[in-house]
Amino acid sequence: MSVLLVTLAFLPAAGGGILLVIGRRADRAAPWVSLGIATIILGAAITAFTTRPTLTAGFISSTGATLHVDGLTAVLLPTVTAVTLLVLMFAVAEKTKPAARFHGLMLLFAAAVVVTVSSTSLPSLLAGWEIMGATSYALIGFHWQQPRTIPSGFVAFTVTRTADLGLYAAAGAAIASGVSWNLTDLSHAPAPWVHVIAAGVLVAGLGKAAQLPFSFWLSRAMDGPSPVSALLHSAAMVAMGAYLLLRLEPVLHASGWAAPTAAWVGAVTTIVLGLIALAQKDLKQLLAASTAAQLGFVVLAAGVGSTAGGTAQLIGHAATKALLFLAAGAWLAAAGTKQLSALRGVARRWPLLGLLFLAGALSLAGLPPFALWWTKDDVLAGALATSPALYAAGLLGAVLSAAYSAKMIAVVWAKPDPRERARFENRLWDAEEKGTRTVPAGALAPILVLSAGTVVLGAAAIPGLSGPFRALLGATGEPESTIPELLVSAALAVVTAALSYWRGIPHIPGALTWFGLERAAVAVIGTPTLRLADTLSRFDQLLDAGVDKTAGALTRTAGALQTIDDSLDAGVGRTVGALTRTAGALQTVDQRLDRAIHHAASGVLGLGTLARRLQTGKISDYYAAAAVVTVAAVLLLIVVR
Amino acid sequence: MLSVVIFLPVVIGIVLATSRRLPAAIIRWVWVGTAGADLLLTLVLTVEPETGRTLRGEQRWEWMPGIGSSYHVGVDGISVPLILLTSIIFLVCALWSVRAIDRPRPQAALFLFLQSTCLGLFAAQDLILFFVFFDLSIVGMYFIIAGWGHGNHRQSALKFFLYTFLGSLALLLGFIGLYLGATPHTFDMVALSQAGAFTGTPLVAGLVLAAIVVGLAIKTPTFPFHSWLPPAHTDAPTIGSVVLASVLLKMGTYGFVRIAIPMLPDAWRSYAWVIVVLGLVSVLYGALVALAQTDVKRMIAFTSINHMGYVILAVGAAGIIGSDTAAAQQLAVTGAVTQMVSHGLITGALFLLAGVFYDRTGSYDLRQYGGLARPAPRFAGFFAVASFASLGLPGFSGFIAEFQIFTGSIGTTWWALFALPGILITAVLLLRAFQRIFTGPTENLSPGFADLRRHETIPLAILMGLSVIVGVFPGPLLALIQPAARIVVESLTP
Repeated sequence: MSVLLVTLAFLPAAGGGILLVIGRRADRAAPWVSLGIATIILGAAITAFTTRPTLTAGFISSTGATLHVDGLTAVLLPTVTAVTLLVLMFAVAEKTKPAARFHGLMLLFAAAVVVTVSSTSLPSLLAGWEIMGATSYALIGFHWQQPRTIPSGFVAFTVTRTADLGLYAAAGAAIASGVSWNLTDLSHAPAPWVHVIAAGVLVAGLGKAAQLPFSFWLSRAMDGPSPVSALLHSAAMVAMGAYLLLRLEPVLHASGWAAPTAAWVGAVTTIVLGLIALAQKDLKQLLAASTAAQLGFVVLAAGVGSTAGGTAQLIGHAATKALLFLAAGAWLAAAGTKQLSALRGVARRWPLLGLLFLAGALSLAGLPPFALWWTKDDVLAGALATSPALYAAGLLGAVLSAAYSAKMIAVVWAKPDPRERARFENRLWDAEEKGTRTVPAGALAPILVLSAGTVVLGAAAIPGLSGPFRALLGATGEPESTIPELLVSAALAVVTAALSYWRGIPHIPGALTWFGLERAAVAVIGTPTLRLADTLSRFDQLLDAGVDKTAGALTRTAGALQTIDDSLDAGVGRTVGALTRTAGALQTVDQRLDRAIHHAASGVLGLGTLARRLQTGKISDYYAAAAVVTVAAVLLLIVVR
Repeated sequence: MLSVVIFLPVVIGIVLATSRRLPAAIIRWVWVGTAGADLLLTLVLTVEPETGRTLRGEQRWEWMPGIGSSYHVGVDGISVPLILLTSIIFLVCALWSVRAIDRPRPQAALFLFLQSTCLGLFAAQDLILFFVFFDLSIVGMYFIIAGWGHGNHRQSALKFFLYTFLGSLALLLGFIGLYLGATPHTFDMVALSQAGAFTGTPLVAGLVLAAIVVGLAIKTPTFPFHSWLPPAHTDAPTIGSVVLASVLLKMGTYGFVRIAIPMLPDAWRSYAWVIVVLGLVSVLYGALVALAQTDVKRMIAFTSINHMGYVILAVGAAGIIGSDTAAAQQLAVTGAVTQMVSHGLITGALFLLAGVFYDRTGSYDLRQYGGLARPAPRFAGFFAVASFASLGLPGFSGFIAEFQIFTGSIGTTWWALFALPGILITAVLLLRAFQRIFTGPTENLSPGFADLRRHETIPLAILMGLSVIVGVFPGPLLALIQPAARIVVESLTP
């Protein structure tokens, strides 16, 4: 039993759970509890980097909850726990309220991420995976009083859960094919089950990573608070989708078709979501689209078997995007808006934040010497080794990254003249919430730390220097980027960024509304399902009415039997009456006989009077009919035998 | 000991029913005390060390030797979880009712009577005894709905009674078939579960199985025999709904595992496909129809059909035997039993929550609420947690059950893949309902809605707490079920 892993998984889970149960009364203590736990798990994650602990516990199967820190996990655990701590610091500085519910959910989420990223067995992986989804629902809908947030959480949760069904199918296919739930065994499943497993994993990963065609949920997720976007929609939850594909890349390859599919979906996502990002008018929407686009490179890496490049891109992007989301959140809090039209020149008003934002944006643009330049080229080197067409597609995605990053820079560093500035500050600020007009120092500190990450983390993908990183991941044989490739991508990025900065962005029809992905999903799946539900519901009423009618018919049949019974009864009574008249001396005896026969007759056929006294009389009729059927069936059974 | 567990409630119930002068407060606490004591006794029975026999607490007395029927009770890994569930649910109902004012004395007596019939059914090892408890439970529930229900309750109660009673007659017919099919003729369940106990021809075995399946399918209920369930739930009193959903429905699914599979294994294998299809249809039909409901209680009732559909799917899939499917069958059966317990805990909580709506405003219509989280935050929290539990979120018992059911069933037949959308539709419908009722502007019936009180919070916390414990640490429960599930799977192996 590893204390480290228990700490990593259960401490935030327990802390978060307790904060949620106590509720409002814990609001004052919550920030400190939360920061304390986040610090401890960051320490534990760093320690785990060297000690590489394993924890096996029974969960559904005897090894169903196996957590292990291997190279990939050793890299990702410190990344996600560090971003968690920084984001929580930001949230404390920005006084996100109500604190107990917020920090409770964030800690629960962090625990789920730890479990997801360190599981080597499907049951615990799926557990962490789905709890991430559920906490994201609650976090996106955190300000539930606003009409749009909970529906947005609903979209995010249901879309990702649709994709999650793939993991359930994969777990079932593993059983069907006789391999264990151990992640390393899955690629050994025989056909046809290996295809089911690969398909399930692929769908689940693409859904969580907001790749096409699932991307639209990430747009809706932007209705959540900024710290939520900074953690869930940059470093942790969406990143976990890409992580799953990196982790299970052997399964994708074993199937033959899933790996190239992943590579192409990733490449197409970088292009399509790049276009969508270009067209956005809301800073967080732009960042969301770019997240899906950047994770497209990681998915591409998983598809071409470039684990080292993909992992480097994952952590480089985590730092970059967390920075940008936090900066956007700081401006949202200060200016009360995240509309690009209202944020013109905002970097000049808060220049330190503006500079840090610039670092993040340049990294996102893929400009040297920032992290994403190195990491993206590492991925592209793998693509080139597989197929020149994939490389070209990836390069196009990189060009688009430069373009949308330059667009952001152009806006926030714009220099509007004082009159225009006063006009939109008066008119457009505070459109979404009441701005504070200040960026607290406590909110700047975590952004500062992240900006260091956007420079340093590139080292993981510098050709010649990335040896230890590759050795850590067991990926020493994978292709590395070359100087000419790096120069080409840098030149392309510089030119595109410059063009976009000075010339602006052309209009892209449909891109602003994410090419109608959400509307299409509603029209193709949502509405028909609801219509089917309504139809079935009406059918159910018909079924119910049919049952009632059958029961009515049975009752009438029983009623007819009753009439026969009554006349029989009356006949018996008359006969007895005649007997009574002829033998007056035996009258007393006869009367008793009369009663007895009467009782017997009605008892045999009706079974009615007693039951009738109990209720409306229907029971007796029904009982009689049922009894007759039963007796007949018993006779049939005996005869057949 | 086991007989004490079974009959303690009804004895106290009779005492309560006959002592007319007891004040209501004492009656309520005697009820709580009895339910609590019975739960403790059940726990003692659970932790009792294995004696080497397969049944715990086995007792057998002559009853009707002429027809091979005896008073025979005993529990194993399939019945112990259900007995525990029964004791917990009845304790929760007693706690929920400590403020009840509507005829507390007969109510307590009736629930104690019903508790004995439920415990007796899960402990019975004789078909006649099983049948008697089965019918008595129907009678008890009839009076609960008719006596304490609301709306169109008399008619709903009658419909419930007639429909499930008809089911019990089909069941009786099947039991007689089992009796005649065994040499020597017997109603003893242990003897009938021995390999080769049924000596009839495949045709007769099929007919007997059909009778039993129809009887159990009505009780469970599965599509298309479910139409008694929604009205019964809608018009039943809150704790009546809880017992109906949490305990009475389990009698049907329990019968599949306890009677249908081990006593007619060959016929079960032959017709496993029928059962699988019945399960699949129930899963999807229950979920979709629930999606279209606007009445909270009706909606939860249809999710019960969906959740019980998983159990039917699993027991059906367990009958589809290929090479190397033992592990998958074992998962499916274990998952089915886990689901019975899990559904009892979670749906019990959901029906308690639904009862709060009626208690406060008299309306179950979810369109008449909105923004309820503002006046009733604790209620909203519990509803959200129970909804996530019901939609099978990991961390709750439902995931443990459904994950095993899915993987085990897919392990024997890929048709089970079609059941997967069930957990998605359930998620959609529960979250849509939550959204409609609790978020957005506080309007319609919501303003002034009183939040949960302590006697409501405690039972809900018990149910949800247990669901979380099973969801996070399923080991002990599964260890209890697995050996018994193995015996069921072995009985299916030709």
